[in-house]
Amino acid sequence: MPGEHFVVAPGWAWYILLYFFFAGISGGAFVIGTMLRLWGSAADAAASRLAFIISFPLLLLCPILLTLDLGQPFRFWHMLVDVGTGVPAFKAYSPISVGSWGLLIFGLFSFVMFLAAVGEGGYLRWRVLAGAGRVMGSALGKAFMVIGAIVGFFIASYTGVLLAVSNQPVWSDTWTLGALFLASGLSGAAATILLLSHGRRDAAVTDGKLMLADRYFIILELVLIALFLITLGGVVSKVLGGGWILLWLVVLIGTLVPLVAEWRPALLRQLPPVVVPVLVLVGVLALRAVIIFSAQA
Amino acid sequence: MAQPVGFFTDTTLCIGCKACEVACKEWNGLPDNPLEFRGSYDNTGQLDHANWRHVRFVEQTTKSPDKPIAWSMMSDVCKHCANASCLEVCPTNAIVRTEFDTVFIQQDVCNGCRDCISACPYGVIGFNSNTGTAQKCTFCYDRLQNNLKPACATACPTQSIKFGPLDEMRQTAATRLATLHAQGMSEARIYGDKEYGGLHAFFLLTDKPETYSLPSTESAVLPSRNNIPGYLGAVVTAVVAAVAGLIAFRRRGEAKP
Repeated sequence: MPGEHFVVAPGWAWYILLYFFFAGISGGAFVIGTMLRLWGSAADAAASRLAFIISFPLLLLCPILLTLDLGQPFRFWHMLVDVGTGVPAFKAYSPISVGSWGLLIFGLFSFVMFLAAVGEGGYLRWRVLAGAGRVMGSALGKAFMVIGAIVGFFIASYTGVLLAVSNQPVWSDTWTLGALFLASGLSGAAATILLLSHGRRDAAVTDGKLMLADRYFIILELVLIALFLITLGGVVSKVLGGGWILLWLVVLIGTLVPLVAEWRPALLRQLPPVVVPVLVLVGVLALRAVIIFSAQA
Repeated sequence: MAQPVGFFTDTTLCIGCKACEVACKEWNGLPDNPLEFRGSYDNTGQLDHANWRHVRFVEQTTKSPDKPIAWSMMSDVCKHCANASCLEVCPTNAIVRTEFDTVFIQQDVCNGCRDCISACPYGVIGFNSNTGTAQKCTFCYDRLQNNLKPACATACPTQSIKFGPLDEMRQTAATRLATLHAQGMSEARIYGDKEYGGLHAFFLLTDKPETYSLPSTESAVLPSRNNIPGYLGAVVTAVVAAVAGLIAFRRRGEAKP
């Protein structure tokens, strides 16, 4: 039986959970901001700006959380520089190594787009920012966004591949984790933009489109959850057994309730508008929690 | 010039005295284990940052009324795999291959990310919260550099743990296996000839590997096997998500931005 290993748990806990959560939303927000800019209307520019403004601060949390999780936090730079030779440390087959460089590169893209969005929105009236804001609409700006969005897709998904590239039961028994974290991260990002656009008339005009997109992302996530459970085969009891079923219930509430609310708004009209995005975000967190913790239990 | 070295552990000779454990702890300055009752003579429990040798007491019930319990003992250790999962995933290059072809964690380079712990299929590596680093058997690297045998092999009173040039050890193992087969022990087998490209610490077993908490030959696979399927799944999902975004966000008779 492939995958029958006798592995010790690495003890990845809350820092890693929060890192996976914020990386998914940060990468997803950049992707959504780019898609709104490429395919949306003029009225969607405010929501797109909001997406870019969310992406960078959330990304900033990621290296902090990763560093705090290290046994030797002051050696965080060993991820990027080979101490022995002084040359950049890069291993294409080690997702942590690729991810470290990905975070650095995505940091550049999200920082530039953060400044451009701030400039375009007129939140800071610095001349240089106004210039950056104007570049957003140009072909160069769009090319920059598309490349950044590709890296954003990577940031939102590689954390799942990182888990899979191990010999840990559950994580290494499925190919779906990268895909699942990406779908869930995109859904979480759409929910975060919806949550923050609440009460902002300029961004709220895109709410309908964001809810439609979130519906598609949730459907994709549900399909991938099913594939995740199917591909686990015999070890599925490890993630469904014991108390983990309660976290799966939270995941289901965080996906099915928003799906119904966004599909048939009349059914859940009484719910305050912030409830649905909050449920999505709780579900996104619970999904990562159940996958991280159950495999190590 | 240094040559590849190996441990050949013959479990049929192990008497469970734990001299190897004690010698390892003495030489490497590893901390004591807390005293606790584990319901077995195996009170070490597992390999980790403080236990680089572990005499595994495998208890099995038998059909014999005189001997209802049978023990198989195995002095377990890091396997120093030719294709090592820990070395493959280590992002900082803290885990290196030495001139003796063994696998070594550089304590001054390791930053304690613990990816190697989730990769090792033998549960060998432990995290030392005092040093903030991953630790495991060094194959007594300091002793090898001074032409000394590793401490465990030196202390083993029954020569269950044999140490020497890898080729020599493989030859010794093949001869011993042939002897046992000739004596009618058909279940005897060598573990570590094929697994992970060949282990530098390999074993003569009298039962299937899983009995000794060793993955079978078919299960001995590297973490990198999941790289391409994992990224491919993400790429397909990204494409589907982009199409979903196109449908959701596209202009419907609205002005261009």
